[in-house]
Amino acid sequence: MKNFTQLKKNLKKDFDAFKKIRVAVLGDTATQFLVQAIRGYGYEESMDLEIFEAEFNQIERQILDPSSELYEFKPEVVILFQSSHKLLGKYNKKKDGHGTFAADQLEHLNNLLDNLGNQLNAKVICYNFPEIDDAVYGSYANQIGSSFLYQLRSLNIKLMELAEDRNNLFICDMSSIQNRIGKERLFQASIYVNTEMVLSIDALPEVAAKTVSIIGAFQGKMNKCLIIDLDNTMWGGVIGDDGIENIQIGGLGIGKAFTEFQYWFRKLKNRGIILAICSKNTESVALEPFEKHPDMVIRKDDIAVFVANWENKADNIRYIQEILNIGFDSMVFLDDNPFERNIVRENIPGITVPELPEDPAEYLEYLYGLNLFETISYSGADEKRTKQYQVEAQRNQVKKQYVNEEEFLKSLEMISVVEPFNKFNTPRVAQLSQRSNQFNLRTVRYTEADVERMSQSDDFHTFTFTLEDKFGDNGLICVIILKKENEESLFIDTWFMSCRVLKRGMENFVLNTLVEYAREKGFKYLQGEYIPTAKNEMVRDHYRNLGFKEQDGRWILETASYQNNTTFVQANMKIYG
Amino acid sequence: MDKEQALKETNEIFVDMFDDEDIVLSYETTAEDVEEWDSLTHIQLVVAIEKHFKVRFTSKEIQSWQNVGEMLDCILTK
Repeated sequence: MKNFTQLKKNLKKDFDAFKKIRVAVLGDTATQFLVQAIRGYGYEESMDLEIFEAEFNQIERQILDPSSELYEFKPEVVILFQSSHKLLGKYNKKKDGHGTFAADQLEHLNNLLDNLGNQLNAKVICYNFPEIDDAVYGSYANQIGSSFLYQLRSLNIKLMELAEDRNNLFICDMSSIQNRIGKERLFQASIYVNTEMVLSIDALPEVAAKTVSIIGAFQGKMNKCLIIDLDNTMWGGVIGDDGIENIQIGGLGIGKAFTEFQYWFRKLKNRGIILAICSKNTESVALEPFEKHPDMVIRKDDIAVFVANWENKADNIRYIQEILNIGFDSMVFLDDNPFERNIVRENIPGITVPELPEDPAEYLEYLYGLNLFETISYSGADEKRTKQYQVEAQRNQVKKQYVNEEEFLKSLEMISVVEPFNKFNTPRVAQLSQRSNQFNLRTVRYTEADVERMSQSDDFHTFTFTLEDKFGDNGLICVIILKKENEESLFIDTWFMSCRVLKRGMENFVLNTLVEYAREKGFKYLQGEYIPTAKNEMVRDHYRNLGFKEQDGRWILETASYQNNTTFVQANMKIYG
Repeated sequence: MDKEQALKETNEIFVDMFDDEDIVLSYETTAEDVEEWDSLTHIQLVVAIEKHFKVRFTSKEIQSWQNVGEMLDCILTK
């Protein structure tokens, strides 16, 4: 989130293209900074908030006097900021009647709102009260109806009830901001004493964000759809590699984090947020947990659009958007992989892509803080929305329109370091050999000792490939072991690759590299073999697609006649004699 | 840290806050010498300086400084 200085700099920027919204701010403490932060944050959300700021401590005068500046200004939105500190001050001054303090305050507010409503057809945003525990009774204050803490909390509840009744009243939950960031960050005593401001500089952007998101919701700026990745987002682990019995959900590993995450998704779905899935997976594999895993909270019925394939995610999200027919600016995309997040962010303007923390345990708290799903209405009918979209998805079996794949790949600026096995990459090679299931042609597993042995032998030619692009380094992602069959022919003993880099033209680059190497060493043929397993269906036609010819259960490629396949990966070759 | 170094770092905070590369502080600089340095932005500066130097000023100190030099002296006593 931008800090206050950055928001202030926004004030000098050009708001001309944005919609103007007239907002009045009335407060019982100094509100200059808050006003600046709100207007500055409006810029972030493409809103030109024209703000009338009443003189300090003029809530009553502005509202009760029909000829006040407030009414002259004719705001569409009125923000009422009554602070806990002033509330405490009023409580302190009272000689008696502390037990009905909250009720009296509420009646006063209700009266103000009536007056305001008679003069103006404006929506009112009213902050609730972050807690101050004056520690007069200790925890026993919870049992003393006349204690300040009791009355403050009671007033917050009464505000909620009032807002349920009054159509034009909306509570901005300052109290929940304090709960999240802590009182020490919300309030700085030295500033309060010097300036009458109750919000610390650090808290201003938080309060502004929460306020502006309500104003945004008045304008219809609301998130309606949550698109969720599967592996390491919906559950822990990789379904294609780990299998249904090993993904982490429920009791297994850090499954608790994902279970709680899923309950959150379900609550959102029940309140009308559309859930969609966008995952790089084979569809049947990706669906299995939703149908069969006993600990899954989210079921297939909860999902409006389910997209699992190996295409790029920006295209898949465009496809989801076509079916749902809602704006990209009302979509949120959750993915644990920074690469996918960047692709989507760069290619889909308007979509919200939270920068998820690395540790899944922190996903939920982090997302709570972003307040992604502000709304200003709720009806029971929202729950039925998912069903409607599911039907629409079935109807809409249109062929997906892809962005120009070539342009996309070129833009990635991919570089691959090609190296034989060495003592630095041996552990990673062995690890990948144990773990790769899907993109693995023969699924022969090698240990570190095996890897070392082959790197010493003249009969084996070994290759490792890394892949780096403008978004970051994927590290070592592909391993090839060529075995000398005879003077003419090299056998591809091992070809496995991480599924993270599918659809990047990496296969073509690898084959080009292999053929070039074979030619230089005087080999006429490359031979490949596909050994089917339960998990490597995706590479069944791998060699056919690359131009190999089938012969006696093996796949043969003639090196002399081979024309390089198109690739946008640049080579960085190391140590090949 | 010496006072000269503190002045240099404080200068950077001012430049960032007021978005003005031309600000050059001396020990004698007062609020009147810097455009936009009023009682409100003063608070913003105080908080930024507190953060940068990892100090906390008392409410009395915030009101007491006559010029930048006095503020720096205050930082250096912490």
